[in-house]
Amino acid sequence: MLSDKAAPLEQVLEPTPGQLLSRRIFGHHGVTIGAAVLLVIVLMALLAPWLAPHDPYHQDLSHRLWGPFWHAKKYDPLHVLGTDKLGRDFLSRIIYGSQISLLIGFSTAIISGIIGSVLGILAGYFGGKLDMAITFFITMRLSLPVVLVALAVVALVGGSLTVVILVLGLLLWDRFAVVLRSATQQARAMDYVAAAQAAGCSTPRILFSEILPNVGNQLIVVATLEMAHAILLEAALSFLGLGVQPPLPSWGLMVAEGKAFMFFDPWLITIPGLALFMLVLSINLLGDGIRDITAPENRS
Amino acid sequence: MFAYTVKRLLLAALVAFTVSLVTFVLLRVSGDVAAAIAGESATSADIEHVREAYGLNRSLFLQYLEWIGGALTGNFGESFYFKSPVSGIIADRISVTMILGGCALGFALALSIPLGVVAALRPNTWVDRLALTLSVLGQALPTFWFALMMIILFGVTLRWLPITGSSTWKHFVMPSIALGYYATPAIMRLTRTGMLDVLSSDYIRTARAKGLRTGTVLFKHALRNAIIPVVSLSAVQFGFMLGGSIVIETIFALHGLGYLAWESITRSDVSVVQAIVLILSCFYIVLTLLADLLNAYLDPRIRVA
Repeated sequence: MLSDKAAPLEQVLEPTPGQLLSRRIFGHHGVTIGAAVLLVIVLMALLAPWLAPHDPYHQDLSHRLWGPFWHAKKYDPLHVLGTDKLGRDFLSRIIYGSQISLLIGFSTAIISGIIGSVLGILAGYFGGKLDMAITFFITMRLSLPVVLVALAVVALVGGSLTVVILVLGLLLWDRFAVVLRSATQQARAMDYVAAAQAAGCSTPRILFSEILPNVGNQLIVVATLEMAHAILLEAALSFLGLGVQPPLPSWGLMVAEGKAFMFFDPWLITIPGLALFMLVLSINLLGDGIRDITAPENRS
Repeated sequence: MFAYTVKRLLLAALVAFTVSLVTFVLLRVSGDVAAAIAGESATSADIEHVREAYGLNRSLFLQYLEWIGGALTGNFGESFYFKSPVSGIIADRISVTMILGGCALGFALALSIPLGVVAALRPNTWVDRLALTLSVLGQALPTFWFALMMIILFGVTLRWLPITGSSTWKHFVMPSIALGYYATPAIMRLTRTGMLDVLSSDYIRTARAKGLRTGTVLFKHALRNAIIPVVSLSAVQFGFMLGGSIVIETIFALHGLGYLAWESITRSDVSVVQAIVLILSCFYIVLTLLADLLNAYLDPRIRVA
């Protein structure tokens, strides 16, 4: 009681929950750096038609393999980062490449997220034989060498952006299923689920209103991790020639195209790889940060 | 323990069979195998001939039974490209991949366990933060790009290491590093967490109170217990490395399973690809089974689950 009367001013000046959350978010270095870099890349992708100085598909065979602005001999201000082997402006291709990586990352995360979440939540909530069957299914998927299977399927069906997204989306759902299964099992044991059941809520309603919001944080963390995973996988597939097909400016494909010249013109592989690294790093930092903020006990 | 082992063995066998079925169906159904073998300039009559010659016009189930029956005895059929038994082709190449995987895992362990121990000994200092930062950076590096960067730096600019081939131990240095570093963050974090938990436990306090030297306490008592989950994780990571070696082997021209798989995929040599996927899956299944059994042996509470 003494403290009530003694500190009315502190009570007014106490930070609101919203302010506390903002402080946690902006005080976390990983989240701020990751979100900032990711925002830059997303803006780059969205504003590509206005940012890119040239058409990324336009070939100029009389100006092949020109150097970037730090190159001593073969630099022309027309192409700030030089040109590739077919005379296409490198900077424009890098800018447009962000669209492909982000598109693949988001689409694959959504597809695999839906598949994995449904499987995981159902397994975690209902338990019993359904859980056993789904766990068996997950174990089977984990035993498959993903890169090999993805390569083989893409080779047989034919490489394209859509095929890559579908194949990766149908293969990368395992972590969603595993994480959401254990998260749902924990949520199911909580009192509010028992209360909802006692109140006579239907199962779909319980799943959507009670379980889903409480596993949502972990879902988002896994989604960021799988998005990064998908981007790296697509880059590897395109690098091996069995992903996105030319002339699309996928960063992985650009590394493959530049590999033949890498000893004399190393920027052809350095810059796209660096772009991939920055994108994946920012997504990972963001995901780790979200996990630290929402559930620091899950840090391992 | 015995009942648990039998249960897990049966489960592992069931998983292996399902993987073989899924792989078989996936590869045969994704595209027309006969057309892929016959080539691009084949007429539909040619394709039909190929289909009959290889028995591809029978029902998928019959083809699967024939294949899996042979696989159980080690006969994976004949390669469409090499025209020789698949098992022989794989046996030639498998040692390279195993050596690569082993060296990569060895590198990962040699790097991450000491880092994890040191980070646990000095939590939240600059050493800890450096280790965590390295692990975050390591997870974002694309493997193929890292390999190419190393080739430019160590192979060309500094000329310390050879770029392609597999004849001497030097040929395996860069590939092992490129393949192994991706596992380093996970192993380091697990070691760090394990050591942090173990170091705060009572028996460590007793050991120090007894007057044991720091080295003895660290290695004989703390690390031995903290390392158990790391062994499981290493087994799983080794399985991943075997599957993920395809990119590294193609870049460094190491003639292992991954390189063979890539060549066969581009040549639509489906029987080789099927066999490789099955073998790699079985390796992974056996490794995780051994890891599970080891965990159950060391921690009896797991056997009840």
